[in-house]
Amino acid sequence: MNLILDSLAAVGRGVIGACHVAGSVTVFAAIGLSHLLRPPFYGRLFARALLEIGYFSLPVVALTAIFTGMVLALQSYTGFARFSAESAIANVVVLSITRELGPVLAGLMVAGRVGAAMAAEIGTMRVTDQIDALSTLSTNPMKYLVAPRLLAGIVALPMLVVVADILGVLGGFIVSTLKLGFNVGTYLRNTLDFMQAMDVTSGLVKAAVFGFLIALMGCYQGYNSRGGAEGVGAATTAAVVSASILILAFDYVLTEMFFAR
Amino acid sequence: MTPKIRLRNVRKSFAEKLVLDGIDLDIMPGTSTVVIGGSGSGKSVLLKCILGLLEPDAGSIEIDGTDILRLPRREQEAIRSRIGMLFQNGALFDSLAVWENVVFGLLAQRRLRRSDGRDRAAEFLAQVGLAASVGDLYPAELSGGMQKRVALARAIAARPDIMFFDEPTTGLDPIMGAVIDGLVVDCVKQLGSTAVAITHDMASARRIGDEAAMIHRGRIVWSGPAAELMDTRNPVVDQFTHGRREGPIQMELRR
Repeated sequence: MNLILDSLAAVGRGVIGACHVAGSVTVFAAIGLSHLLRPPFYGRLFARALLEIGYFSLPVVALTAIFTGMVLALQSYTGFARFSAESAIANVVVLSITRELGPVLAGLMVAGRVGAAMAAEIGTMRVTDQIDALSTLSTNPMKYLVAPRLLAGIVALPMLVVVADILGVLGGFIVSTLKLGFNVGTYLRNTLDFMQAMDVTSGLVKAAVFGFLIALMGCYQGYNSRGGAEGVGAATTAAVVSASILILAFDYVLTEMFFAR
Repeated sequence: MTPKIRLRNVRKSFAEKLVLDGIDLDIMPGTSTVVIGGSGSGKSVLLKCILGLLEPDAGSIEIDGTDILRLPRREQEAIRSRIGMLFQNGALFDSLAVWENVVFGLLAQRRLRRSDGRDRAAEFLAQVGLAASVGDLYPAELSGGMQKRVALARAIAARPDIMFFDEPTTGLDPIMGAVIDGLVVDCVKQLGSTAVAITHDMASARRIGDEAAMIHRGRIVWSGPAAELMDTRNPVVDQFTHGRREGPIQMELRR
């Protein structure tokens, strides 16, 4: 009997803990976003965050996208060749890259690179009293640290995904034309004919949401880190893991919203 | 005379742990008060409650006769913007150059244009004995003593009428500790501020303080002139100030 009660209590604690975290992340996000609407605005910090998230993530996102496009073309070819549907490769590559792989892979790569860095930077500021120091210097830490990063995440990820879409499709094009022997003109015509505005738009909307989630989890975990270097390390890990899971979960939700019939 | 800072029955606990158990303390205008106490006695929590970084569970905190805990948030922030704080480890913003750290508060309050920041920072750095060239360095390039000086320059830049010092000499050698204490006293006198310092460094307490109070088990157990700190008959204070192994504080540890 006790074992059953203990098990139920443990489940209950877990549920309450999860609800508590979900609630505090929601409140944190609402406060952070509300500061985007009220002055003062920190344009310099926004520009710096944009550079950090967007420009410095370009190489890793570009490499991920181009290799993914190449592998996708190769794998599609071996699969589709079994029922003589090789001509659909261009369609599959452009659809997969623009709708799913571009935003999701860019999101995951940026979560690993930028989400961790944000959590580490803000977490270090927390455990060394720098966040308290901001408050004593007439500066709201949410406005100064969180709001510019949230906005930069929302703006930067779609830009990265545009690059990822182009390079991903290019990767597929390179493999298809140079290795698999497809005609250049036919491949390009298939790609352009099949691609619809909605494919790209949905990917960019997803990217904006993912960018927000990455910045949100990086800031939230860093802001609430405790206990010195170990706490900052734990916050960094939690930021990457939680952002990655949220990206995959929201990818499903957004796909359902855009494409479910 | 109305105290500059008046605390009545301030209580604060974290989960089950009661840290402040009804603090009563008056700090008169223009005085320097040192609050002494052992590690974990609640000194830093007390400062953070006055600064608004923590919210007390009960009690009142008056500044110039106004209970700030009952004011709207915006008015609380306006009052607290008149308080300068020197953090224990300096808490300099390591992504900003020293000059930006020093005038950060002035820039945030729109009392200074960014283009004038470097020159103004040099003036404040001179007040704490640092060359203007230090302004172009980053905090990680400074020694512990220099970081404390820069943090002091940042704390005095907005000309606060109340200044808090959290363990101003921690981590410094005795000579540098004396230098920082001297700068603290000079800065407070120049500004005419009311100062509150928390420390467990007795030499620092005697150098900085006009008045002193001891916090123990979340309560003020003694207060009086800092000059009497070493001679009081209060057994808790006597044991603490003389660093004796035997006494009421140790008995508590044995339990």
